Amino acid sequence: MTDVKKGAGAAARTSVSVAVTGSGGAGVMTAGNMLLAAAAKAGWYGLMVRSSGPQIRGGEAAALCRFATHPLDCLDDRFDVLVAVDWENLHRFADEIPLDSASLLVGDPAQGNPPEVYVKSAARYAQLGIKGIAKAISGSWPNMVVLGVAAGLIGLPKDAVRAVVEKTLKKSRDGLAPSLAAVEAGYEAASRIGGDAKLAPPGPRSEPRWLISGNQAAGYGAVRGGVRFVAGYPITPATEVLEWLAPALADVGGVLVQAEDELASINMIIGASFGGVPSLTATSGPGLSLMIEALGLAVAAEVPIVVVDVMRGGPSTGIPAKSEQSDVSIAVNGLHGDAPRIVVAPNSVSDCLVTTQWAVHLAETLQSPAIVLSDQFFGQTRAVVDRPPDATYAGRRLTAAPNADAYKRYAVTESGISPMAIPGNPGTAYTADGLEHTDRGIPSSGARDHTIQLAKRERKLLGHEYGDFWADIEGEGDIAVVTFGSCTGPVREARSRAAADGVQTRLVSMRLLAPAQADRLAKALAGVKRVLVVEQNHSGQFLKYLRSEFQLPGEVKSFRRPGPLPIRADELHHQLVDWSRA
Amino acid sequence: MTTATARPTVPISARDFKSDYNPIWCPGCGDYSVVLSFTRAFASLGLRPENTAVVSGIGCSSRIPAYLTSYGFHGVHGRSLAAAAGLKLARPDLTVVVASGDGDGYSIGGNHFMHACRRNVDMTYVVMDNHVYGMTKGQPSPTTEPDWNSKLSPGGTGVRTFHPLVIALAAGANFVARAFSGDPSGTANVLVEAIKTPGFSFVEILSPCVTFRPEQREWKNAVRPAPVGTTNDPARAARYIMTDDGFNLGILYRGERAPYQPPMGRGNKQPADLEKGFAI
Amino acid sequence: MNAKKAAAKPARGHPRKAAAGAKSRPEAGIASIDELMAYAYALELEAAERYAEFADAMEAHNNREVAELFRKLARIENRHAEQVLEEMGWVSPPDAPHGGYKWEGFEAPESGDVTELHYLMQPYHALQIALHNEKRAHAFFGSLVKQARNAKVRKAAQEMEQEEAEHVRLIEEWIKRTPKPDADWAIDPDPPVLAD
Ligand SMILES: Cc1ncc(C[n+]2csc(CCOP(=O)(O)OP(=O)(O)O)c2C)c(N)n1
Ligand code: SF4
Repeated sequence: MTDVKKGAGAAARTSVSVAVTGSGGAGVMTAGNMLLAAAAKAGWYGLMVRSSGPQIRGGEAAALCRFATHPLDCLDDRFDVLVAVDWENLHRFADEIPLDSASLLVGDPAQGNPPEVYVKSAARYAQLGIKGIAKAISGSWPNMVVLGVAAGLIGLPKDAVRAVVEKTLKKSRDGLAPSLAAVEAGYEAASRIGGDAKLAPPGPRSEPRWLISGNQAAGYGAVRGGVRFVAGYPITPATEVLEWLAPALADVGGVLVQAEDELASINMIIGASFGGVPSLTATSGPGLSLMIEALGLAVAAEVPIVVVDVMRGGPSTGIPAKSEQSDVSIAVNGLHGDAPRIVVAPNSVSDCLVTTQWAVHLAETLQSPAIVLSDQFFGQTRAVVDRPPDATYAGRRLTAAPNADAYKRYAVTESGISPMAIPGNPGTAYTADGLEHTDRGIPSSGARDHTIQLAKRERKLLGHEYGDFWADIEGEGDIAVVTFGSCTGPVREARSRAAADGVQTRLVSMRLLAPAQADRLAKALAGVKRVLVVEQNHSGQFLKYLRSEFQLPGEVKSFRRPGPLPIRADELHHQLVDWSRA
Repeated sequence: MTTATARPTVPISARDFKSDYNPIWCPGCGDYSVVLSFTRAFASLGLRPENTAVVSGIGCSSRIPAYLTSYGFHGVHGRSLAAAAGLKLARPDLTVVVASGDGDGYSIGGNHFMHACRRNVDMTYVVMDNHVYGMTKGQPSPTTEPDWNSKLSPGGTGVRTFHPLVIALAAGANFVARAFSGDPSGTANVLVEAIKTPGFSFVEILSPCVTFRPEQREWKNAVRPAPVGTTNDPARAARYIMTDDGFNLGILYRGERAPYQPPMGRGNKQPADLEKGFAI
Repeated sequence: MNAKKAAAKPARGHPRKAAAGAKSRPEAGIASIDELMAYAYALELEAAERYAEFADAMEAHNNREVAELFRKLARIENRHAEQVLEEMGWVSPPDAPHGGYKWEGFEAPESGDVTELHYLMQPYHALQIALHNEKRAHAFFGSLVKQARNAKVRKAAQEMEQEEAEHVRLIEEWIKRTPKPDADWAIDPDPPVLAD
């Protein structure tokens, strides 16, 4: 949020956005990461989104950073500063890095002219020979100059930057001095360039803070939830969940296995969980598609598992490294048969932790598969966050006692949950089955058994008390925004901007998508006259789901757009204000 | 996980490993005898039903877990090896046996077969091979002769057969054997050795489908002990198996490759220790 | 492998006897009555268990008549096994000899071959299976007679051989009383229904 009116002079801002770009070998991602780490050290909040061209090595790359005095859930609508090492293919980022007349473009005239689109943006163009400066300092790198320039322009204390550079280069004795010199030169250049992108000093730090990505947070949430077995197959943008978990699980006495494909990874975790060990896999759309049959097995055989789906652009291979909320339909509906399942969606980078932990808890308690709908934005964004609260969820898997009398694995109970015998438990051997079965687990195609078991599995999920964590509900007003996942951040910002314009709105950010909490949503929307449903996909999958399972009061409008461009607070803000006046 | 109970002293007989649930298999099906071999092998190894798990996919043969008194997992078509690997890696204390058919194991599950051999998790993989898809009423499988006529492939598939034993060897299985359902004791002995041998053991059991391949009743006259003994040289074993006619029985290969078993349960940090990596 | 061809034309030079391989008959010959009777007991008991399984299978496939017949055969073989215990004054089943029983074929000679079952089979077929089993048992004891290492064992084996001959005769008579099936007994107008 640009809390200071454009061109309002030297008043410090509470949020500032900086992009650094460059092509192969420029090291802009490293510069962005160091900038983020330094901002964190200095007491600011921040986040960084990575964007790159299709090339595996050497392509154009951009680190999209935003820093603020308050926690952040999304990028801003525009950028205050763009520091470009070169102009190679920079135009490809034009949509992702919008500049306007209040923006500052820093670039090297020796590399040619800035792309047309940026010339037209009327951003102030400050010429700076970045590569030349770096060349003049033997042993230094252009990205260290970039780091200094960007840090200087936003008023980042030099100590914090120096400390991060020292920490990063502590092993390279020869590299440190020239890098520090390059940072220094960058700061000097920044002071010459000037501008009004200075960020206000940070507030007091109350909570301990973390620098974390959503994928790491999901991994840690899994471990905190008790997951000790993970099998997975690499896929962008979910791989980092697995990569974080591999050593982490080993540390806590668990195991990660790289499977031969997603069919194997999901069946492996089902096998492990049948063995009594809470289990999880992480994947993205193409992998989730392959896992569907086995998810149904977990439903029918009542084996708890968690699948973290880090959504990317689809269908098919789609847009692998870009975010999209387009797996809603497959997650809530994508199984054959009547197959109740749990679908949850974190609504911030740090919420990936608690929501994944919750998913493990729900899966274990309800002996059911749970899908966590994260997305590429959460997964691959690194953010400075307050340490998430320690969530303690009571319930655990209900297991059978040794030599339980006349044990029936799928005994029909009031709650629908029946004690699960874990291999090793004497006297309760049974066969878990994906075939419809009797309460003993014997295959049955009888109408009675089918009806009873279908109802039991449904009852388990519908009867559970999910608590207030099912959604984040904020504000009052007769316009409500219903959304989920990574749209929550921009919606929150849009609401507070609308509030500044005198338009009060409500927010319902649903964390529990399935089973549908129709009564709870009805309560949250009581008295509402207009509902804006916000989602990031083309066909309105979330709205369709809401329409099929919930009653939405009053006039309903859909605000949606597919990836890869994020939905921005600015457009939502206008939508809300315009609608309130219509 | 494993419930600590006093070590039972009463030995468990083969009969105790049978369940009281009556197979739905066609009378005459070779798989009936495989149940007998399983129960005999389990009993002779002194296994306990609670510490034994039989994992299967889908097919007539894959129905076997329900007919046994042990923990059983009847999963989806073709994925039994994956489920079993997950179970064994998470619960190394269990004895894990996987049961499959030639369709389940070599066709839809073919990829897992190769990787299971390669991964070499300590478990025993039993494929009841009847050269046909029994459960779906008689379609050709990867081991069906190319000229076998069926509704789905009139006149035969014209496609050469798959050679599971050689593929197992090439992919790295640590134990490769062929058995015959009509020889339940011999098969039980092979299973005992397969289960005892660390790593991935592959046992192909020729098991007639009397409904769709009634001519397989004659297999009892075709099988014979392999004229060669067990070797630990995969190349030798492969050469031998490649040239046999598919009816030589016995343990054809036994290697010494260490099983894959990541150290489940070894790390002893607390989850909170992992937070250090995130703190600023 | 081309199993179809191999199956159609049982491999020459590898007759079924060779298949017995490592578990050829108790070649060294049986040295004691105890050992002989342990063989007799195991043979009868395994036959009984097999018939019981056959009965279960037929019952599961709604062929009650043949299920009953197999049940009856199971009872008869169980009685034979008990008789062995009684004769020997054994209170519990004998231990198997070291290294297990060594039969001529894959299994104890009186145990029926699973693959001979058919869901539409008739008592006549079941009795053919029984006849085949009794004949094999008869031949088994006949070969023990030849190999017996002493007169006592030989005499006992001869008695068993005679008993099996009597069983063969009884089954043959039973068969005479049993109607022969029509040529189309195995024809089912409906296709199989398996379907996972
Ligand atoms: C995904 C999927 N595809 C197809 C099927 C149908 N199907 C069930 S069993 C089977 C083949 C079984 O053949 P095989 O493994 O040889 O076992 P058999 O029945 O001969 O013992 C097929 C194709 C299925 N259950 N699931
Ligand atoms: S169809 Fe074939 S494989 Fe299936 S039960 Fe019948 S005989 Fe066995």
